[in-house]
Amino acid sequence: MGASAVLGTRHCSKVQSPVSCASSVSGADIQCFNLWSRTRSLSGNTKSFNMTTYQEFIQQNEDRDGVRFSWNLWPSSRLEATRLVVPVSCLFTPLKERTDLPPVQYEPVLCTRANCKAVLNPLCQVDFRAKIWACNFCFQRNPFPPSYAGISEVNQPAELMPQFSTIEYIVQRGPPAPLIFLYVVDTCLEEEDLQALKESLQMSLSLLPPNALVGLITFGRMVQVHELSCEGIAKSYVFRGTKDLTSKQIQEMLGLGKPTAQGQQGRPMAPQDAASTCRFLQPVHRVDMNLTDLLGELQRDPWPVPQGKRPLRSTGVALSVAVGLLEGAYPNTGARVMLFIGGPPTQGPGMVVGDELKTPIRSWHDIQKDNARHLKKATKYHEALANRSAVNGHCIDIYACALDQTGLLEMKCLSNLTGGYIVMGDSFNTSLFKQTFQRVFSKDFNGDFRMAFGGVLEVKTSRELKVCGAIGPCVSLNAKGPCVSENEMGIGGTTQWKVCSLNPSSTLGLYFEVVNQHNAPIPQGGRGAIQFVTQYQHSNTQRRIRVTTIARNWADAQSQIQHIESSFDQEAAAVLMARLGVFRAESEEGPDVLRWLDRQLIRLCQKFGQFNKEDPTSFRLSESLSLYPQFMFHLRRSPFLQVFNNSPDESSYYRHHFVRQDLTQSLIMIQPILYSYSFYGPPEPVLLDSSSILPDRILLMDTFFQLVIYHGETIAQWRKAGYQEMAEYENFKQLLQAPLDDAQEILQTRFPMPRYVDTEHGGSQARFLLSKVNPSQTHNNLYTWGQETGAPILTDDVSLQVFMDHLKKLAVSSAA
Amino acid sequence: MPPSSERSTGRPARVTAAERHSPKPVGCSGAQTPALWRSLTWHSAFSAGDRHKRTLPRYYSVSFWHEERAQAGMGGYQGGFGPPGATQPLYGHYGGQAQPFNAPPTAGMMNGMHPAPASAQYGQIAQQNGAHPHRFAAPPASAAGYGQPPQSSYNNMAPQPPPATQQITNQMNALSMGNYAPGPQSPVNTGGQQHLQRPAPVMGQPQMHPQSPPMSPQMTAPPMASTPMSPPPMAGAPPMGGPSMDAPHMAGPPMGAPSMAGPPMGGPPMAGPPMGAPSMGAPSMGAPPMGASTMGGMAGPFPGSAPGVGGFQQAGLGPQGYPQQPGQFGGHMAGPQPGMPGMPGGFPSGPSQLAGPPQKKLDPDSIPSPTQVIEEDQQRQVGKLYVTDVRGQVPPLVTTQFTVQDQGNASPRFMRCTTYCLPTTADLAKQSQVPLATIIKPLARLPANEAPLHVVNHGETGPVRCNRCKAYICPYMQFTEGGRRFQCGFCNCINEVPMFYFQHLDHMGRRVDFNQRPELCLGSYEFEVTLDYCKNNKPPNPPAFIFMIDVSYNNIKSGLVQLICNELKTLLENLPKEDGSESSVIKVGFVTYNKILHFYNVKSALAQPQMMVVSDTAEMFVPLLDGFLVNYQESKAVIYNLLDQIPDMFANSNESETVFAPVIQAGVEALKAAECSGKLFIFQSAMPTAEAPGKLKNRDDKKLINTDKEKTLFQPQKAVYEQLAKDCVATGCSVDLFLFPSQYVDLATMASIPSHTGGSVYKYINFQVETDGEHFLRDLRKDVQKPIGFDAVMRVRTSTGFRATDFFGAVHMNNTTDVEMASVDCDKAVTVEFKHDDSLGEDAGALIQCALLYTTLSGQRRLRIHNLSLRCSSQLQDMFKSCETDSLVNFFAKSAYRAVLKQPVKSVREILVNQTAHMLACYRKNCASASVASQLILPDTMKVFPVYMNSLMKSAPLVASTELPTDDRAQQRLSVVAMGVEETQLLLYPRLVPLHNVDLGSEALPAPVRCSEERLSDCGLFLLENGHSMFLWLGQGCPAELIQGLFNLPSLAHLQPNTSELPALDNPLSKKIRSIIDNLLEKRPNSMKLQIVRQKDKPEILFRQFLVEDKALYSGASYMDFLCFVHREIRQLLS
Repeated sequence: MGASAVLGTRHCSKVQSPVSCASSVSGADIQCFNLWSRTRSLSGNTKSFNMTTYQEFIQQNEDRDGVRFSWNLWPSSRLEATRLVVPVSCLFTPLKERTDLPPVQYEPVLCTRANCKAVLNPLCQVDFRAKIWACNFCFQRNPFPPSYAGISEVNQPAELMPQFSTIEYIVQRGPPAPLIFLYVVDTCLEEEDLQALKESLQMSLSLLPPNALVGLITFGRMVQVHELSCEGIAKSYVFRGTKDLTSKQIQEMLGLGKPTAQGQQGRPMAPQDAASTCRFLQPVHRVDMNLTDLLGELQRDPWPVPQGKRPLRSTGVALSVAVGLLEGAYPNTGARVMLFIGGPPTQGPGMVVGDELKTPIRSWHDIQKDNARHLKKATKYHEALANRSAVNGHCIDIYACALDQTGLLEMKCLSNLTGGYIVMGDSFNTSLFKQTFQRVFSKDFNGDFRMAFGGVLEVKTSRELKVCGAIGPCVSLNAKGPCVSENEMGIGGTTQWKVCSLNPSSTLGLYFEVVNQHNAPIPQGGRGAIQFVTQYQHSNTQRRIRVTTIARNWADAQSQIQHIESSFDQEAAAVLMARLGVFRAESEEGPDVLRWLDRQLIRLCQKFGQFNKEDPTSFRLSESLSLYPQFMFHLRRSPFLQVFNNSPDESSYYRHHFVRQDLTQSLIMIQPILYSYSFYGPPEPVLLDSSSILPDRILLMDTFFQLVIYHGETIAQWRKAGYQEMAEYENFKQLLQAPLDDAQEILQTRFPMPRYVDTEHGGSQARFLLSKVNPSQTHNNLYTWGQETGAPILTDDVSLQVFMDHLKKLAVSSAA
Repeated sequence: MPPSSERSTGRPARVTAAERHSPKPVGCSGAQTPALWRSLTWHSAFSAGDRHKRTLPRYYSVSFWHEERAQAGMGGYQGGFGPPGATQPLYGHYGGQAQPFNAPPTAGMMNGMHPAPASAQYGQIAQQNGAHPHRFAAPPASAAGYGQPPQSSYNNMAPQPPPATQQITNQMNALSMGNYAPGPQSPVNTGGQQHLQRPAPVMGQPQMHPQSPPMSPQMTAPPMASTPMSPPPMAGAPPMGGPSMDAPHMAGPPMGAPSMAGPPMGGPPMAGPPMGAPSMGAPSMGAPPMGASTMGGMAGPFPGSAPGVGGFQQAGLGPQGYPQQPGQFGGHMAGPQPGMPGMPGGFPSGPSQLAGPPQKKLDPDSIPSPTQVIEEDQQRQVGKLYVTDVRGQVPPLVTTQFTVQDQGNASPRFMRCTTYCLPTTADLAKQSQVPLATIIKPLARLPANEAPLHVVNHGETGPVRCNRCKAYICPYMQFTEGGRRFQCGFCNCINEVPMFYFQHLDHMGRRVDFNQRPELCLGSYEFEVTLDYCKNNKPPNPPAFIFMIDVSYNNIKSGLVQLICNELKTLLENLPKEDGSESSVIKVGFVTYNKILHFYNVKSALAQPQMMVVSDTAEMFVPLLDGFLVNYQESKAVIYNLLDQIPDMFANSNESETVFAPVIQAGVEALKAAECSGKLFIFQSAMPTAEAPGKLKNRDDKKLINTDKEKTLFQPQKAVYEQLAKDCVATGCSVDLFLFPSQYVDLATMASIPSHTGGSVYKYINFQVETDGEHFLRDLRKDVQKPIGFDAVMRVRTSTGFRATDFFGAVHMNNTTDVEMASVDCDKAVTVEFKHDDSLGEDAGALIQCALLYTTLSGQRRLRIHNLSLRCSSQLQDMFKSCETDSLVNFFAKSAYRAVLKQPVKSVREILVNQTAHMLACYRKNCASASVASQLILPDTMKVFPVYMNSLMKSAPLVASTELPTDDRAQQRLSVVAMGVEETQLLLYPRLVPLHNVDLGSEALPAPVRCSEERLSDCGLFLLENGHSMFLWLGQGCPAELIQGLFNLPSLAHLQPNTSELPALDNPLSKKIRSIIDNLLEKRPNSMKLQIVRQKDKPEILFRQFLVEDKALYSGASYMDFLCFVHREIRQLLS
């Protein structure tokens, strides 16, 4: 009873979370806030919370720099750092949207040391009189360039002001490169799908900037590259769908002259050269009509598909041609290859499944039994393509709409390595696809596209730190340097990563290592610093450089462990650990990854928990860690690590999004949020627990990928009886409407569009909800709970309660 | 005056050497002058010195040869038939007699005649004239002066014998050349000049003076007079005299002079016997036999031949020729010199001197005349019906118009045999040397008055066949046991009659329904077949035509692409269709290409055609299925749109490289994908040099000519093309190739695919829309509209005792029995050779059944059966009586043309001569009644055989001349392979029709005259046509009315050179002549470009090479000479 009262007033209290009842309240508040403020603000009263300093600090940092560190105080030695279990790491959103950050129109000032080249930043010591600044990474003393002659204490350039720890430079390098959009369209679709796709594509033309270049490749059994410049007859170049061609051959066959020579210099081609290559890539404003007609006339692949066969889809060759075309025509220019597929590649290089319908496409079961014939070859092929594409700064999106799998598992690297999107839907004729696709072309407050191309992220660290790697939509540029750690986490061994496509929410996880030796003194009052330098091509074709420099204090883990503990950002840490887990899961067996995660969790609890040995009941966690185990619990059940009930394509799809979204979204993915609507009060977030499923409630669950509205049993009956139609039940109508409105708000902003499910008690789609909630009531323990509330979940999965009990046991045991 | 100085210094010296030894064949050298031009224009890179070095050795050998020839007195033949040395073995078994004859020449040969005579001659000429290059370049002005001296000097010279020799020889050369040749020295210089200035390599033969009108007057008077005159003084020098002498005599026997031992013969008309004599050079020869009147001598020997059919011309004929002659020759005389290059007149005739003035007349009319034979056969058929109810009946000639009534044997339009009576044993056959072959034109067109073939349907079980040999039911199946069984006429197997087919027999043992069933009473009929006879057991789809247009720079520039696109619009309206069907079901598709291929989607639903480019030429594929092959009527709008746009689309293309094999591959793939058979029409501009499979390079090496490696020029480059041809045949994809080259294109290779797939090759060198456009379009129309069958397999079954062993045609053979043809049209014929397995029975005769399984225009699978029964006899005489010259020639042409792939051209010619001689000798030995050995006796049925054989040997593929473009030779070689009898006949003996006195009122074509220069008349107008070329020859003396009527020009001089069309004038003459020409063009399978040549104009050379009875330009004897030679050979064989 008390619990429910608590629930009524406080939003997300962990009533059943036994970890630390005492501290859980504020922890819950924080979580609520975090989830809340980032998704939407539900109502004013939820904002009542008490913030700690660290929360504020973290929030401030995130707002300003787009950075969230797992630890906001850094242990001063390597040994201590390892003992902290969760590595010093951060989530970094390079292009975090900042309305208050006007870019500056000059080149950054670089440290003159050849292997440093850090950018002048607010943390640098400046001798205004000598006009000298000291690099805070290598301590090199650098003179200011002549243009800074007027510098003084009162006349400081922006980059020296503390509020500009993140600053953006617009630099002039070469001619502005146009944006390039190359549509690669599968024509083996059902008629209505194709029609819908055609319409979407036609619509997209109006969203593109007029000077952007567009191209069109269609494929089915053959691959056709459409020439867009021609008058009269529609021309296309056709490639056999089964023959793997080298980039050179492709360019020759397309009559692209000798682009390699220009390509070498890393410059876009001179205009006259471009003109010749441009037959396939034309400015939107010039070919708008042509292309619209062309798309309109697009026919389904005409080759007959015999009964019992899949249509022959030459996706591999089509991609190869697309990559080859861009490689030849526009190397190192931002370009977006948008692949639309309605089924798996069935022939040629990169084929995922044969054309015999009787051999189904590989499942996890097949893969585990090593029974997926084409898996390795196809993956290898697509990886090679992805790498080529990434080298040239072109990104590849995959829009896969089909009821069955489409081979995303094999093709995911195309998007993962190049920063492209993967969108998965059932049909092109759904609003899910249509809206998502439209949202690709959404614009920011300046009217610029929310996309950037050809990003290169460079990380510089002060001497006590080294960078272990990054996890996100990037590839390594293999730039060695003094701050590269030998210990790889994620994509490591480099200080630079290429992120071919970025948007304001693209977030990388970056992992660091403290290399300071235990006996070496902590730099007195010194701070560790990290600088992120992101060069990219802005969607308005400018080249820009964004520099973010952050610093954190060092702390001696022995003397200041409490401080360190309280500097722990459990949300960031959960996401960062989850990324590591997902990254591992790509190459390791699922159970191994879970074991690893568990071990990390147990170690963390052992390190920071307060307990008496061998006494599970004595276990307590401090406030800053209190939610972490719960995150881990949901992570373990999440589709990122569990393949059960998911196809390989779905897993790939979920993982793809998980490793690129920002912290808020990632947290939603790990632990979906659940709101409850009732007559008893204003809508409120409730526990993601089966006990929240009550007959007189409407629930709204957001898992990032799905948005589920669930009508409790009673509500559903009322609705069926049509009370909402009656004037006297206006309030019921409003109650029904409230979650819809809220859902709509989420749908407006979310990319990709979540699957929207409106269901009710007993509905088949209710499974989306039931599979997510903590199975606190199952058919096994229904009677032990013996409540009339809540809905039992028919599962053998352990509930959070059991998980926690077990965790406590292991944490306190000396054996573990 | 550089030229003259040149002549006075350099040239005489060189010539001297030559002259000293050699009686120069003036005619020959004249004829060969063009070689010189070429060497000058083409090899101008050589320094003069170079040229000397190169030519010198040849020069010596030449002189030697001449000398030798003078001794042998037979030189003329060697040129034609190759060095006797080589022939020796062939004659070997015919006894010692050969020896004496052969000896001298052999020796001569051995002594260093390595270069073949022909080329030697060229060499010589080149040598002689080598020093003159500048002269040609000399300005016209100088020419006049230049022309003068020779004459005067000539005149001067005459009196002084010793030094004269040189000079005069020289002079002689010049003069005689004057007629044919650039004749720098000729009095008529202007003409020479003209020539030189435009060396037109096309011209092969320079024989003519380019510009006649001005010439002739000049000529007539002074030079003429002097020339003929001068010889007498020269007489001392044997070589010289000859030519000049001839001139005056020309009128009579052009023949006589050369080979002519003439003198003894006295008898003017006599051709036969004398020939032997001269060639032998032995005095013993000719005299006695000859003396007799031709008639007597000739007619006698032929047993049973009607008087009119005598071996040689009879009196009756004489008149025909004679009266004309005076006029003709008078004209000639007046004109330039003896003049005819190919004429025997050209021969130096030592003998003639001996003989003294009178006798060298051999009447050309006395030798068998093809035109007459044709004419007579036609007369015989007038008003008759040719009924095929008799076994072994010899049909009318192929040139004859007749109506056939099928009564159990296939019409001769479908099948013709070399002989309709087979020798019973292999030994006999071998002895006779007569090839046993049949020429099958399975889809031959039938005239409107003959019924089309009946179509029989035997229902679900398919046609009734013999169980053992699988022969189809036909009139030769013998029904027994009251109709329950039948005995196969081919293998004698007894078969059950299927239930549904049972029928009672009448009292004659014939089935009661005999007359109701075409397959029991007719020689030719068709079956509808079951799915078992279809590819993959699926009913075939309608066939497709794919037009593949080369849009490289050349074709665009020449306007060809535009022309084709325009034409296609109308052409496609008239796609061939099955008799009785409303519209054609043939699908059409379009491809353009240069280095890459462009396919077009012309689906009717589209507003605009779509182009699909395939650049992957290494592995060709078809980019689209639906919309590529469409029904023209349905997609008309889109196709129009496409055809309008194609020329514009590529208007600015400067791509000049093309591919070829991938284009065909694409067609094959397209047909494969559409699961139909069909035909590709490829319009290719040049050799495919782009980097792709089937890339070709120039391998036209003139140095190979006359060597053992000459055959490589005819052999296609293998690898890609061989495989491709197989693919084509397997798919049922036929290829028609239209070539528009400006130079060598390795036709031997490019045409190899058409020639294996039942396709045709058309070539338009230096194509220009204005002059060749119409010609090409006619070809294209004919080609597209031809009745045609696709994806055909032919099987020839024979009764026991003999079998088909070899097949010639545009076919592909995967095994030894099935003749596969991707397509077979109404003009394609397959020649099948038979050999004995065993002996044949005279009673049973020999049966041939040809079954052709094919897909019709409407996509139905049909089986066409042709049956033919032949007699068998143990008497060679019977066989000879049943021979068919035209078929024989067809066979020889095909086999000889195939042989050049494996053997040197020279030996092929030898074999041909030998076989001719053997056949005739065999006849003489076994069939002819005893007669004097010196008489030449020819079987009635083969009386004009030699003229065809001679013509065949003079045909381009068999003439080893560097003058002939390799491509032309290859093309002729390949085109003949698919020809029927009618075409080979026409090709080897062109029609020469006098038109100047055409009867405007009559429908009939004027009677053709013999192909010989002497049949032309100065004031005449002649049309010559051989199925591939067509000339309108205008005599110098053409009446002005004629010119006015035809050309609307005041005189011949106003006629533009290179005119190739008659203006459409509204007068009876113009209309008549144009209608004659149009009719001919309509009738022939190929279109011909009308070439209008004026007598003595340079292009006349082209025309002259078709005068097959005359001596050939490059090498090859005249008809008369050949007869003499053959006669001599026969005598050798017999003695």
